[in-house]
Amino acid sequence: MLTELKELKRRNFLLYYLTARDFKVKYRRSVLGILWSVLNPLLMMFVVSAVFSYIFRQDIENFPVYLILGQVVFNFLSESTNLAMNSVLGAAPLIKKVYVPKYIFPFEKVLFSFVNFLISFIAVAIVLIIYQVPLSFTAFLLPLLMLYLFLFCLGIGLLLSSVAVLFRDIIHLYGVIITAWTYLTPIFYPVTALEGTFMRQVMEFNPMFHYVDYMRQIVLYHSVPSLTENLICIGFAVLLLAVGVFAFKKNQDKFILYI
Amino acid sequence: MQDRLAIKVDGVSMHFNMSAEKLDSLKEYFIKLVKRQLFFKDFVAVNNISLEIEKGEVFGIVGTNGSGKSTLLKIISGILKPTSGSVEINGVIAPLIELGAGFDGDLTARENIYLNGAILGYSKPFIEEHFDRIVDFAELRDFLDVPIKNYSSGMVARIAFAIATIIKPDILIVDEILSVGDFLFQQKCEQRINELMAGGTTVVIVSHSIEQIERLCDRVLWIEKGDQRMLGATGEVCEAYRNLQHT
Repeated sequence: MLTELKELKRRNFLLYYLTARDFKVKYRRSVLGILWSVLNPLLMMFVVSAVFSYIFRQDIENFPVYLILGQVVFNFLSESTNLAMNSVLGAAPLIKKVYVPKYIFPFEKVLFSFVNFLISFIAVAIVLIIYQVPLSFTAFLLPLLMLYLFLFCLGIGLLLSSVAVLFRDIIHLYGVIITAWTYLTPIFYPVTALEGTFMRQVMEFNPMFHYVDYMRQIVLYHSVPSLTENLICIGFAVLLLAVGVFAFKKNQDKFILYI
Repeated sequence: MQDRLAIKVDGVSMHFNMSAEKLDSLKEYFIKLVKRQLFFKDFVAVNNISLEIEKGEVFGIVGTNGSGKSTLLKIISGILKPTSGSVEINGVIAPLIELGAGFDGDLTARENIYLNGAILGYSKPFIEEHFDRIVDFAELRDFLDVPIKNYSSGMVARIAFAIATIIKPDILIVDEILSVGDFLFQQKCEQRINELMAGGTTVVIVSHSIEQIERLCDRVLWIEKGDQRMLGATGEVCEAYRNLQHT
């Protein structure tokens, strides 16, 4: 693990360039360019809140803020893991011809999505200003949450990218999983709507519920998440990262035979 | 490993599973697993090859199509991991296995020079410093800001060769690439390889052009169907290989 980290440091220029390339390719020939990274969550928020604020109007204060906080967190998960899943397959021509440490590819995709995630906070700021929700000192915990999320998504990305090389089915399956996961996470409905049901217990095992909740606590509700809550968030991140690193390391030498 | 050696290949074999059908899906995999039909045909691409290449040596590999030359080169450059045996390398390798690996068609040549340099492990200031030399060598200054997908294959090869040989690598691995580009550029590439050789770089070349091998190499390995047929001085091995061709 330590040698990998050293290698990563030596390769940071490659990481930087691959990430820069992704941005260039993504926004090539678009007039608004990188502005789309802000507009996307913003437009999505307006559309969804236009519909759901009539349904949950009484239950949730500052519904648009509640909504966009959930959305940016979940979008980071869904974008980073989807891109990472296809990253090794996408880099096939390269992997066949030059020696490059292979974990660079999923790592780079998660990094790219992370930058997108950071940019989407401009959209969050705009919504906070529009609905006049003040920030408190609790927002300083944001970097901590970002770290948890990054490690969590990196773990899933490493796992998916290595499994997808061996079994392409996972790409189709994950599309279903991520959709189901969106609905299982209280992004546009209040978790209190599930109070007293079996689903409320299931929710405790949904890492995204904890991350989204963490986000709302520190930005919207100005409260400091408890130690237990922090430990749960760290726990999921470390667990998934360990599984991802293990699966990736175990399979990486076989990749070239399957791509 | 002794200091005089650049590459030491020790009893390297490479086996591939040639599954009768390609199993890409989980369902098929489990069905076959349950039915115990997961048979693989073992294919030996490289069979127990050992060789030592000294520093500064120019080493050629010949053999007919599908004999395992490129597989061996990929093992030496670390792209493939051998099934058994070991490879020891002394120094920095610049692999010229297929030119243009890691180029992104949507990016311009300028952007690709940085990207490709980064893939080969160069630092940013290093590329900036040598940028002009790379472009001059490739003679493509007028097309720097054109996306590389609009380049001809010869133009791509020029850029790729220029990037890969801008450093003085300890070991240069060349796979059949000198056949691209026009004859002027081929001469230029050969000249550059000669320059590197004079500077003490170890070179491993795979080529179907025996003339080229004879012109450049000190020693030659001839492999056939993964097996080592002959290893020795260029003259002898090329003579024997040529006789095979004529019969």
